[in-house]
Amino acid sequence: MKSLAELQAIRDKARANMGIREDKTDGVRVVVGMATCGIAAGARPVLSTFVEEVAREKLQDVVVGQTGCIGICQYEPVVEVFEPDRPKTTYVKMTAEKAIKVVHQHLMNGQIVEEYTIGTSGK
Amino acid sequence: MPEFFKWLVGGEDIRELSLNVMDVTQNSITAGARLIEITAEEDTVQKLLKIVIRDDGSGMTDEQVEKVTNPFYTTRTTRKVGLGVPFFKMSSEQTGGSFSIVSEPGTGTTVTAVYHTDHIDMTPLGDMNETVLLLVTCNPDLDFIYRRSVDDGAYTLDTRELREVLGGDVPLSSPDVADWIRAYLREQEDSLK
Repeated sequence: MKSLAELQAIRDKARANMGIREDKTDGVRVVVGMATCGIAAGARPVLSTFVEEVAREKLQDVVVGQTGCIGICQYEPVVEVFEPDRPKTTYVKMTAEKAIKVVHQHLMNGQIVEEYTIGTSGK
Repeated sequence: MPEFFKWLVGGEDIRELSLNVMDVTQNSITAGARLIEITAEEDTVQKLLKIVIRDDGSGMTDEQVEKVTNPFYTTRTTRKVGLGVPFFKMSSEQTGGSFSIVSEPGTGTTVTAVYHTDHIDMTPLGDMNETVLLLVTCNPDLDFIYRRSVDDGAYTLDTRELREVLGGDVPLSSPDVADWIRAYLREQEDSLK
């Protein structure tokens, strides 16, 4: 059974690793639209894939979050990537598979996946 | 009426109640809630399911409560329809169940949906664990209490308790904590069967 003692061990391990992380500056924020439009279009598996993949790859500077309606419901599921050093990237009509590619190509290697962006896919 | 809703969202429909819960809980988050309580109680003898979402957010006036079940009412300015609550309401009422919103400005809102699970138009509850896990890990500054029961079996996840163990410096969104929550929910849910 999962116990709170186990959670304590997780806390101690996380604290031990914290010193390494704090030196880094602004991180990357990935936001998935989770309003009615996004959810109906399949945003939940997209969000959970981002959460899981970012954890699996141990991307400590990436924060994954949810937001409401971004205002372009016809393009849902919509994912926005905010980075300190470049303009916001908007990915549209996302799926779990596309999310994995975005994690590996964009978040890990800094290359925007042009084919999924609103500029390409939205046309 | 259902056909009309499907038309509004281009033929898509929300096929799991756990997705409705995720959607409606977003309203609590937007309303500035600090503590959100989600309950899913099942009675397999009476064939009833009750879902309750309660928050301590900004609340609504009676007039607003009356309006939120109308799909052409929304607080947003990006478009003119809001379907979250109407969908949730429809999902319960189409099973012969009931739906209510009780709210008070400054105190919070409680949304309750009751389902007759043996009705032909019953939507499956779906993956509540996934909904709860995502709500907790993507909103690490908010507290959630998830209460789940099937007949006499019950369990609770209370992020305030987890937070007490984790201290102020390890967020609920840490991957290892998320793994713990995922495993805990799975274990508890399995023990109900």
